[in-house]
Amino acid sequence: MFANLKTSLAALIAMFIFASFNVRAELVAIPALKTHVTDLTQTLTPTQQSQLEAKLSVFEQQSGSQIAVLMVASTQPEDIAQYGIRVADAWKLGREKPDDGLLILVAKDDHKMRIEVGYGLEGAIPDLTAKRVITEVIAPNFKQGDFYGGINNATDKLIALISSEQLPAPNKQAAGNSGFENILPILLFGGLVLGGILRTIFGHFFGGVLNGGAIAVLAWMLGGGVLAAILFGVIAFVFTLIGPVGLSQMGAGGFGGGRSGGGTFSGGGGGFGGGGASGNW
Amino acid sequence: MQKIYLKLLTVLLLLNLSGCGYNNFQSLDEEAKASWSEVLNQYQRRADLIPNLVNVVKGYAAHEKDVLTQVANARSKVGGMQVTADVLNDPEAFSKFQAAQGQLSSALSRLMAVSENYPNLKADQGFRDLQAQLEGTENRITVARNRYIETIKVYNVAVRSFPQNLTAMIFGYKTKPSFTVENEKAISAPPTVDFADKK
Repeated sequence: MFANLKTSLAALIAMFIFASFNVRAELVAIPALKTHVTDLTQTLTPTQQSQLEAKLSVFEQQSGSQIAVLMVASTQPEDIAQYGIRVADAWKLGREKPDDGLLILVAKDDHKMRIEVGYGLEGAIPDLTAKRVITEVIAPNFKQGDFYGGINNATDKLIALISSEQLPAPNKQAAGNSGFENILPILLFGGLVLGGILRTIFGHFFGGVLNGGAIAVLAWMLGGGVLAAILFGVIAFVFTLIGPVGLSQMGAGGFGGGRSGGGTFSGGGGGFGGGGASGNW
Repeated sequence: MQKIYLKLLTVLLLLNLSGCGYNNFQSLDEEAKASWSEVLNQYQRRADLIPNLVNVVKGYAAHEKDVLTQVANARSKVGGMQVTADVLNDPEAFSKFQAAQGQLSSALSRLMAVSENYPNLKADQGFRDLQAQLEGTENRITVARNRYIETIKVYNVAVRSFPQNLTAMIFGYKTKPSFTVENEKAISAPPTVDFADKK
């Protein structure tokens, strides 16, 4: 009976975790967003990549607007526009309110490209302008096999267009601390479950110390700050020490953070609605 | 020890069911309306482009009367419909709306296909601009429709699943209609290949 309960609990937790990964395997996967320039086709040399990267991150610091470049071999079976909106939705380029993200997508083997424009930039870059950038700036370079030239010129042109738009000033704190409230309840129960297990093995006091320590370290690693980490650690310790009584009081606890992995590039929560243009070469 | 797990199990189960769902319906209903407005918005955007498009095409291919009239008729049919958020609670009006928009879509694609035969038209900058705008708008429509379908899926599942369906029944939340494939018949019919004289 005891073992059964344990397994069913484990199954239930597993269910909670796996329910969030609803993967459609047959479609081209969306790569993780780590840098402004993601080249899965090894077309750009490392120097070219870092030059583009530098330009785009400087622009992001100056204007707050996020431009990303993605090169894939193919988007089949999807149309480039369908794949583009999926990537844009997953990456959430641009800041949340101004929605000032932009994605340059190149499907090299399909000979197709697309500029996906965030809601907030649809004024600065209407579909028509995006189309012209593709046909007049990118396509001629791509036809000659000069992928770097095409992308580089296009980013220059797009940066100039975005700069003419009045966007809110960049806010450096804006990127952090985003999903804190959302993951709090999940993490609370994670802490409680861990506490329960540790208490069974090590007893009330040592289990509490271990759980508190683990949660403090986790909270700190996830970017919660030292004070918050200590606070969450103490709460976790107390809860574990008290035991089952603590469970019925869903008062406080949990731990969290916004950024995963320090210093990398990530989307700011910008929205896309299918604006932009597609083209080929 | 057993008690802890039992309690944990109960808490997790409670989380899974999360109450009667009244508040849930409020937000889902609003989301459905918002995504529907976005669909209407984009369809309107397309309708606004059509007069200019028809004018440009007329300039080069005036004798393609059939196609041009079809577009104009479909456009006025769409324009004549009074579409509000209430359509969501009326499956019949919804399918009428969808049919009218579908007709306009196919008339437009015929127009674009016909325009391929006119090199001068294709070279016209105004036409190319309109073509790019139409392309972008059609894409936005697709995105808006897909988002609507996703939103409605969540809403309809909520309306139907226990125990929220009881709340839905009491407060009169009904399932909302979703988009279906427009040219189902055209897709399922095998294409006819005709090698006979091409004029």
